[in-house]
Amino acid sequence: MVWANVTVQGILLGGLYALFATGLALVFGVMRMVNLAHGDLGILAAFIALFIVQSLGLPLLWATVLTIAIMFILGYVLQRGLLNFTLGTDDTRPIVVTFGLSIIIQNALILKFSADSQGLDAGKIENISIKISNQMSIGWFPLIVFLTAVAVIAVLELFLARAKLGRAFRATSDDREAAELMGINNKHIYSLAMAIALAIVALAGVLLAIRTTFDPTQGGFRLIYAFEAVIMGGMGSMWGTLAGGIILGVAQTLGTQAFGAGWGLVAGHLVFLTVLAVKPSGFFAKTVTA
Amino acid sequence: MTDVVLELQDVDVFYGDFQALFKVSFQVEDGMTFAFIGANGGGKSTLLRTIAGLQRPTSGHVLFHGEPVDQYPAHTRVGMGIALVPEGRRVFPSLTVRENLLMGAYGGRKGDWNVDSVVELFPLLKPLLKRGAGSLSGGEQQAMAIGRALMSNPELLLLDEVSLGLAPVVIKRIYEAMVQLVGSGHTILVVEQDVGHVLTVSDYVACFLEGRISLEGKPADLSSEAITAAYFGM
Repeated sequence: MVWANVTVQGILLGGLYALFATGLALVFGVMRMVNLAHGDLGILAAFIALFIVQSLGLPLLWATVLTIAIMFILGYVLQRGLLNFTLGTDDTRPIVVTFGLSIIIQNALILKFSADSQGLDAGKIENISIKISNQMSIGWFPLIVFLTAVAVIAVLELFLARAKLGRAFRATSDDREAAELMGINNKHIYSLAMAIALAIVALAGVLLAIRTTFDPTQGGFRLIYAFEAVIMGGMGSMWGTLAGGIILGVAQTLGTQAFGAGWGLVAGHLVFLTVLAVKPSGFFAKTVTA
Repeated sequence: MTDVVLELQDVDVFYGDFQALFKVSFQVEDGMTFAFIGANGGGKSTLLRTIAGLQRPTSGHVLFHGEPVDQYPAHTRVGMGIALVPEGRRVFPSLTVRENLLMGAYGGRKGDWNVDSVVELFPLLKPLLKRGAGSLSGGEQQAMAIGRALMSNPELLLLDEVSLGLAPVVIKRIYEAMVQLVGSGHTILVVEQDVGHVLTVSDYVACFLEGRISLEGKPADLSSEAITAAYFGM
């Protein structure tokens, strides 16, 4: 029963990983760009929410909504004003530029907020749980995070499958130049994709900040977990990303239970490396790579 | 006097250091079928890409209805009524046939074309609408690619090597469709390596050799010896 409980906690944790990874997967899917600043942008969102709560005194829910809106706009401007110029023949350019962006964000956050750990307080929702048995109880907050991840991914999949704009995302992903011939401005499409990606990672960052403490240097870890989730799930499939996040979460909690604290992260990475060796395209790969 | 839909004035196009087009000039009148023939690497595809806006001339101008369109990117030119069916068909493989066709209507330009009228023109597409476009045969993909371009309700349709690699029966159907399109008021600019079919449907033909027009005129006025000479540069 202990193991069942640990597994359930791992699944719920996987929802948060998937939420972090969704934007990364979307950006890679639409424009084949690897955004190394993705994790730091999530942490930036957590600090923006913290600032809004502490300095403007807004309730956390409104601060979250406002943060998501800010990150959406930031995503559009960042892509249109900077990252679009890095795309083209040389794949290393966006990697170098987003790596630089990652360093800038981390250090700007340290300057403004110091390197101390911070937390966002969501009140009593953080501590209440549903008791299933003596050995298993499910926290309301992790459950909400997991359901949020499922809802976000469902809406995103529906958008990509049904909406006219979602179709344009997929067409641009298939063949940028042919999409241009259909009247699609790919610079605009890329910017919208980044806007949506950062809106989602903003939500992920705020939920992370409520779940645990955070500091400016955590973006790198978030990025690695997100990458592992995306690659295990398979490029181009949002549900695959959720599956990848869950596999990672369960591997980490089971690893901790079996070998003690600290070994969880190792177990997660080992499972990832195993998947990479056995099934390098991931479990649900959909993206057609030329 | 008929209306000039498209005019090129001394267009030079470079890929890096390589010059693909040399001072190319011509006019296309409304409702005309204008054919470019020539061997591989002659600059025919570059020409269509330049008209569609995927390639920029280093000097010279592209005029659409007398207005220069050089500063407009490809995605804006679709809305003005210029549609290109690119070489190699370039379908969206992860989209269904219907979704591919709907992508053509993305710009929202008004006109008579919709999924139903495209299916009427190419009945072979009817049972395939829900299929993934990547699973189609070459001929089916080509019909869909032409239909997709028509969905943008173009005034000027640019067709790049539409018969390449297709079965003769499919080529015949595509050329029949081309005649129907001209009947319904479209102006067509078609590029082909295969001279036979294209001469039967075109009003005017120009032969491309190494980035220059080596011969031009009405098909009836050109002897096959002259065309062969211009085609191979003899």
